[in-house]
Amino acid sequence: MNRIKSTLPALLVIAALLLIWWGAVVATHSLIFPTPWGVVTGAIELLVNGTLWRHIGASLMRVGTGFGLAVCVAVPLGLWMGWVRGAYSTLNPIFQMLRPISPIAWIPIAILWFGVGDASPIYLIFISSVFPMIVQTTVGVHTIDKRYLRAAENFGVSRATLFRQVVIPAVLPQIVVGMRIGLGVAWLVVVAAEMIALRSGLGYMIMDSRNAGNRYDLVIAGMIIIGVIGLSLDGTMRRLEHIRWVRWRYAQ
Amino acid sequence: MHSKIEVRGLNKSFESDQGRLVVIEDVSFNVREGETVAIVGPSGCGKTTLMNMIAGFVRPDAGAIVIDGVPRSKPDAKGILITQHGSVFPWLTVRENLMFGLNGHAPRNKAEIADRYAAIVGLKGFEGSYPHELSGGMLKRAELARALVVKPDVLYMDEPFSALDALMSLRVRNELLRILAEERHTVMLITHDVEEAIHVADRILVLSPRPARIQAAFEVPFPHPRRLTSAAAQDLRVAVLRELGVDHYGG
Repeated sequence: MNRIKSTLPALLVIAALLLIWWGAVVATHSLIFPTPWGVVTGAIELLVNGTLWRHIGASLMRVGTGFGLAVCVAVPLGLWMGWVRGAYSTLNPIFQMLRPISPIAWIPIAILWFGVGDASPIYLIFISSVFPMIVQTTVGVHTIDKRYLRAAENFGVSRATLFRQVVIPAVLPQIVVGMRIGLGVAWLVVVAAEMIALRSGLGYMIMDSRNAGNRYDLVIAGMIIIGVIGLSLDGTMRRLEHIRWVRWRYAQ
Repeated sequence: MHSKIEVRGLNKSFESDQGRLVVIEDVSFNVREGETVAIVGPSGCGKTTLMNMIAGFVRPDAGAIVIDGVPRSKPDAKGILITQHGSVFPWLTVRENLMFGLNGHAPRNKAEIADRYAAIVGLKGFEGSYPHELSGGMLKRAELARALVVKPDVLYMDEPFSALDALMSLRVRNELLRILAEERHTVMLITHDVEEAIHVADRILVLSPRPARIQAAFEVPFPHPRRLTSAAAQDLRVAVLRELGVDHYGG
């Protein structure tokens, strides 16, 4: 009952927006801009002929690969930079400079290096999600409460134990936060990257629908699907915050 | 009984905005094997700095700390530091915390030893709990057990009970005394609570305001279990408080 109460206002706003949208299209007699119902029928058309699943699969594959590679690089690198002062002072300025460059700016170089196949968007996803994760992991190491490091020093444990039982568990919650940010950025970028000269993916689908006959019903259907998938990816990452090894961070 | 800990001519100062700040000035004392020495002093007098130096975490500017005849240069598991805010790892269970410092045992034995010490401090049944599932008093017991399990020669306790409420503090203190009666550890206790010092210690050293020097020393000759309401204990309390600059107090 409470759940219904708390989601009701959001549902009402969505309903109101749909009504305004519908009313505006009808009132302006627009020939190109679709009604909400037009979007629904467009989406059903894509579902039935199977292209929608193919595009979603292609986008998710690129995000999965690029993001996965970024995790594999960012976590060890972030731990190293957080632990070794020299690594931090050497690499941090470079990363801080590369970080604010929009992934869109990398597109020409990505095409030059990797061509117009899958490698380009994967590279763009990698480059956009790796930096936030490096930063979060490094910050995580830097913010380990000194009393825990002191306790570890006091018990005179080996370096391996120190890392396995103190540093990595202490940083894990920050790594999860970084992964959540990274995956969010990755999903933003894949759509943008696919708008350039690819034959599959949700971004391609949107551009193709416009170019091939102004099918704005499919454009909007694509946008909504991107939003829904992005939301569920974020929801999945949020669930990670509840696993056993991370829960302590949120339990106080 | 020989000297377990010898502190000789310890000095420490820090750079601050107002220039050099002398925190510890020429502090020397000895602690005998198995003795419990409490150090009391006004807040901000440098008690924690003194403890951190003796435990090996901070280097003195001058002077030496000699433990079992060997000058101390860094912390080790022969002397475990317990602090006010505690350092029980929140990401490990009570059992895993207790197993943390146990090197050189087979994993199964480690768990057994850990559980035995959990039982000693009254945490039986909570071995698999995470620290955030425990109360403040239980957390302090867990920290005490984690220190005791590695069989340290010395326990360094820096205001270990000040984050607990008065009743819980008294309970954990009694627990500590019970354990100390069984396993003779040498204990250095830093506190601002004179009653706590009289309850636990064999000897009380009073530090002066900054820069800290040893201003007075008191023997606490009462046998355990102690009655803090006895006339002798009250007289001692008045004497220690007077050294701390408190001449009158309620009652």
